[in-house]
Amino acid sequence: MSLQDELYKETILDHYHCPRNFGSINSASLKLEGLNPLCGDELTLYLKLNNDIIEDIKVEAKGCSISTASSSMMTEAVKGLSLDKAINIASEFKQMMLNKNEITVFDETNDDLNALAGVKKYPVRIKCALLAWNTLLQCIEGNNTENDNLKNSKE
Amino acid sequence: MLDVKKIKADFPILNQNVNGKRLVYLDNAATTQKPNCVIEAISDYYKIYNANIHRGIHTLSQKATQAYEDTRVATQNFIGAKASQEIIFTRNTTESINLIAYSYARFNLKPGDEILLTHMEHHANLVPWLELSKELGVKIKYIPLTADFRLDLSNLNQLITDKTKIVSVTLMSNVLGVINDLTAITELAHKFKAIVHVDAAQAVAHMPIDVKKLNCDFLSFSFHKILGPTGVGILWGREALLDSMPPFLTGGNMIASVYFDKVTFNELPYKFEAGTPDIANVIAAKTAIEYINNIGYKDIAKHESKLTAYALEKLSGQENIIFYGPVNTINRGSVISFNLKGLHPHDLGQVINEEGVAIRAGHHCCQPLMRLLDISGTIRASLYIYNDEDDIDILVKTLKNAYKVMGHVASR
Ligand SMILES: Cc1ncc(COP(=O)(O)O)c(C=O)c1O
Repeated sequence: MSLQDELYKETILDHYHCPRNFGSINSASLKLEGLNPLCGDELTLYLKLNNDIIEDIKVEAKGCSISTASSSMMTEAVKGLSLDKAINIASEFKQMMLNKNEITVFDETNDDLNALAGVKKYPVRIKCALLAWNTLLQCIEGNNTENDNLKNSKE
Repeated sequence: MLDVKKIKADFPILNQNVNGKRLVYLDNAATTQKPNCVIEAISDYYKIYNANIHRGIHTLSQKATQAYEDTRVATQNFIGAKASQEIIFTRNTTESINLIAYSYARFNLKPGDEILLTHMEHHANLVPWLELSKELGVKIKYIPLTADFRLDLSNLNQLITDKTKIVSVTLMSNVLGVINDLTAITELAHKFKAIVHVDAAQAVAHMPIDVKKLNCDFLSFSFHKILGPTGVGILWGREALLDSMPPFLTGGNMIASVYFDKVTFNELPYKFEAGTPDIANVIAAKTAIEYINNIGYKDIAKHESKLTAYALEKLSGQENIIFYGPVNTINRGSVISFNLKGLHPHDLGQVINEEGVAIRAGHHCCQPLMRLLDISGTIRASLYIYNDEDDIDILVKTLKNAYKVMGHVASR
């Protein structure tokens, strides 16, 4: 399979060219910056919560195709979900990217995520795909534990 | 002129396919490949005379000690140093700079003093000073860049004052490719009794280094960037300076005598070479110097200049290319940084790699410079003696393919 078929699938390029939920939320409940120092991918994640439901989510991403597409898909996957459900999907996604033996397949609702499975074959790019998801997890965890170490600001 | 075909044959690694395509190695600014003779010098040491140095009376140890010290003399001649004890072997340029920061700066600078760097420095010539400034309360100033990516010396008189104690500058940028004329800087620095360190890590592959002509006080480079092995760098310093400095690392080899309650230090250069060094690689570094000298810097420069001109011309034909560095061959080496508008360097790097072309994509250990240029990174093609026009043509062809794979991205 060529690079084009495997890494730069149409789904990925579509999310890269037109990332969903791109931008910021003025009255965000939670906000966290994510950074991938090796390649300079940067994003800022904004969550608007209604109790524990993610009512709105936006990402300002400045990065490569994989990190931009992955963050776009992430916002689509978790918007409207409870924080617990969001954590579950994020964990499943990490499983798909990091677990060599098991193959994770997402169902129809999250079918786009399956497009990123090919990134697994390019180890240096896995970090790009994980950035948005790790930032989401840190953001939620930081909220739960009120962890001061995280740059987690409630606004 | 260089016989590139003949040179290529000396580098076994180049004779291979990557991703099913002939390997085109264009990441020489990161590290160069090694000729057979250097590889053999390493294995000869292990096969024939592996022994620790400086402390054995047996034949193998004497032979190893001699070979190790021969590299010191070869390096002395290579950079025009006055005495061989002015050459300190370190692991790399980074360690050399840390040595200056630790053993010179910490004992000679006081709060309020200033260190002058430039906006084009590698992290190796930034982070040790930033850490030191926290510790000592000294201030760091920077020589800025001009619009054509050169050092802007127009305000040098304000930047170098009697507060300036150390000036540490690169002789060649590993991103922009520019070669810096340091004459005015060293002159003014010395007028104010500041010491000057020259980071020659990138320059040494492209031009002869003469510490007398450079008129500096310290100079460092790594052998892995001039066809030599990894694990060996040097710090050169004026003998009186080095003599006045306390050791960096302590332990075996760097001592004169040790008692249970006190220790006296060995003389130069051993004072700065604690523990068993990277003997095999230091020995092989001499072979790298000989290889370079055999070809000669004159021919290296001619070849590089011609190839750089060719590359700049061919790359200029690529739509939407943005260069970070002069698009000419005046005072510049064969390091070419660029981006294609709308494509992230990592994506572009991946597409290029797929065609067997090794280039670097990223910040090149110059994050502050990237911020200054307002980019996340660049693609960097760096050429050396075994590269030819064919390699450039292949690189340019991969770029043509990039937009096809990635599509154009409107800037957000
Ligand atoms: C200009 C410059 N300075 C310093 C270094 C650091 O060299 P090393 O990693 O061998 O310590 C490099 C290497 O990339 C460089 O290009």
